[in-house]
Amino acid sequence: MDLTVGANLFFWTTDATRGFYERLRAAPVARVVVGEVVCSKRLPFWEHDIPLIVSTLKDAGKEVALSTLGLITLNRERAKTKDLFDMGLPVEINDITALKNLPEGTPFWVGPLVNVYNEGTLAYLARRGATRICLPPELPLKSIAALCKAGKEAGVAVEVWGHGRLPLAMSARCYHARLHDRAKDNCQFICGADLDGREVDTLDGQAFLSVNGVQTLSAATGCAAYYTEALAEAGVSALRLSPQTGDFNGLCQGYADRLAGKVSPADLVAKLLPEAPGGRFADGFFDGPSGSDWQHRFRPDRPSLSWPRR
Amino acid sequence: MELVCPAGTPAALRAAVEAGAHAVYCGFSDETNARNFPGLNFSTEELTAAVAGAHKRGAKVLVALNTFPRAGAEKLWHQRLADAEAAGVDAVILADIGLLDYAATHHPKLRRHLSVQAAASNPDAINFYAETFDVKRVVLPRVLTVQEIAAINKEINVETEAFVFGGLCVMAEGRCALSSYATGLSPNMNGVCSPASHVVYAEEGPDLAAKLGGFTIHRTPKDQPAPYPTLCKGCFTSGEQTGHVFEDPVSLDARHLIPALAKAGVTALKIEGRQRSRAYVAEVVRAFRAATDALAEGRDLPLAELARLTEGQQATAGAYAKTWR
Repeated sequence: MDLTVGANLFFWTTDATRGFYERLRAAPVARVVVGEVVCSKRLPFWEHDIPLIVSTLKDAGKEVALSTLGLITLNRERAKTKDLFDMGLPVEINDITALKNLPEGTPFWVGPLVNVYNEGTLAYLARRGATRICLPPELPLKSIAALCKAGKEAGVAVEVWGHGRLPLAMSARCYHARLHDRAKDNCQFICGADLDGREVDTLDGQAFLSVNGVQTLSAATGCAAYYTEALAEAGVSALRLSPQTGDFNGLCQGYADRLAGKVSPADLVAKLLPEAPGGRFADGFFDGPSGSDWQHRFRPDRPSLSWPRR
Repeated sequence: MELVCPAGTPAALRAAVEAGAHAVYCGFSDETNARNFPGLNFSTEELTAAVAGAHKRGAKVLVALNTFPRAGAEKLWHQRLADAEAAGVDAVILADIGLLDYAATHHPKLRRHLSVQAAASNPDAINFYAETFDVKRVVLPRVLTVQEIAAINKEINVETEAFVFGGLCVMAEGRCALSSYATGLSPNMNGVCSPASHVVYAEEGPDLAAKLGGFTIHRTPKDQPAPYPTLCKGCFTSGEQTGHVFEDPVSLDARHLIPALAKAGVTALKIEGRQRSRAYVAEVVRAFRAATDALAEGRDLPLAELARLTEGQQATAGAYAKTWR
C-alpha cells in the first residue's frame, strides 16, 4: 500500500498553492492528483500554474494525474473537461460526463466523487480503460474488500479515503455565498476565506459539517490510522490524503511511517490531531454505526474524542 | 405531456390511476429502490397485479431500481430486474452504471429510464447514458433552469422528465452521503435519507429538539409544530449566523412552469411523494392532470391552491427559479 495526494478541494491563493506543491516534492507519496474539483470559477486563478506544478512533481518522481470537476453543468465546464484529455497526462474523472469526452481506449483514473459501489460498475469502468479507482468514502470495509477483489481481477488499483475532511455532497448551489447573503454569480470568491472549509455546527454546538463553496464536507477529519492493516488485508493499493493547511508533508510522513509499521495508530493520531481542522477525527464509514463515528471512543485506554451522543 | 405519479402502495397506485395519472412509478419492498421505508412499496405479486390493473385503464407502470447495488450482493438487484420484466412493467428507472450495463445486456427489451439519482445534468452525461446503455428517457436533476433544460433537449435524442411537485433535494442527487455520515443509512446504499429510525424528539426546557443520529437538526418552542429533521433542511450555526445554512424547509411547486417546460421539449412531468398517503396522491394527481389537460387543449392552466400540501406550507420553484444563483 502506498500514498496518493488527492486534488486540493479548497480555494487557496496562487502563492499558497505553488508553495504547497513545491514542498510536496519532498513528501513520501507515490502520486498526486492536480486540478479543480469543486468550482470552475476558481480555476482561472491558478490554472496557468498547473503545467509548472505538474513538471515539478514529475521531476520529483511522482506520478501525476489531472482532475475533472466534480459536478459539470455549464458549457464552458464541458469544454474544459474535453480539453483535459489532450494534455498527455492521466485524467481522474470525478463526474461521469467525462466519459463522453474520453477518447476510446484512453486509460483514466476514477476519483472518489464517482459512484463505484459494486463489482458491475467497477468492471464496466475497467473495460472503458479505468486503471485506478478511489472509492467513495461512504463505502464500508466489506464493500471495499469485495471491490479490491474485483479490481485485482480487472487490473484496477483500488484506493480509499485515508485522511482529510470527508467529501459528503455537491450541489449546484453555493453555500459559502449563501452564508454571506451573496448570489453564486456574485460570490466574490468568499470560499477563499476558509482555507480548510467553513464549519457548520448544530444548534447544540456539535461540530457537524463544513462548507466549501458548492461542496459539503464533514467537520471531523476522516482518518484511517486505525484501519491501515485491515485495508491492506482487503487489498487496498493506496490511501488517499486530502490537502489541508498546516504541516501536510509531516502528515504524509506520518502515514508513510504508519504503513511501514514504524508508528502505532495511537501515536499517529496524537501527531495529527492537533493539526486537524476542527480538532476531531472520524472513521465510522469503515465499520462504525455511522460515518461520523470515531472508533477511539470504544477504547478504554484513550479518552473519547467524539462528542457525547444521545 | 405525460404525468408521472408516485405510488408507495398498491392502494396509492390505484388512486393515482383513478385520479388521471398517465404513468405511475413504484418500487419493490427492499433496498433496491430509493424510498425503502417501512410499510411502503410492492411485492412481486402486488406489482404484477398493479401492472395489469393500470394497463387496463391505459396507464403505464415504471419501476424504480435506483439505489446503487451493494458489492457482493448485486444478485438481489439483478433478480428485481427479472421480476420487473416478468410483471410486464413499461420501464425500469436505474441509476447505477453496473446495473444499467447488466440490464442492457440481460434484459435488452426492458425499456430503461435514467434515474435522477444518476445526476446526469448536461448533454454529455445524458448522451453517454443514451449511447452506452440505450436509455430512452432521463429524469433531470433539480439543478437546472427551464432555459438550461431547453438547451439540453436540443443536444440530445432521448426523452426528458422533469420534477414539478413535492420534496426537493438540494444536493446533487445520488451523490450525497450526509445521511450515512449522521446515521449510517444512506439514499445510495439503503434507499433512505434522514431515516425515522434515527430520529429522536427530546423535550429540553421550553424547547423540542429534533435530533438525527444524535445531531440536533432543529430546535423549536414546544408549542410550535416541529419539522421533520431532514438533514439538508436543518437549522445550524456557522460563525455568527444561525439559520437554514443549506435550504429552507420548502417544497417544489412548479405548476406555473408547465407550459414553459413543454416548450423546452420536456416529455414527462414527475410528482415526488411515494411516501405520501393515498388521499394526498389522488389530490395532487387530479390537480396536475387538470393542468396537463388544459395545456393539451390550449386553455389557461387551473392553478388551484396546493400550498397546504407542501412541506412547511411553503412552496418554491426551486432550481427553476435559481434565485440562489
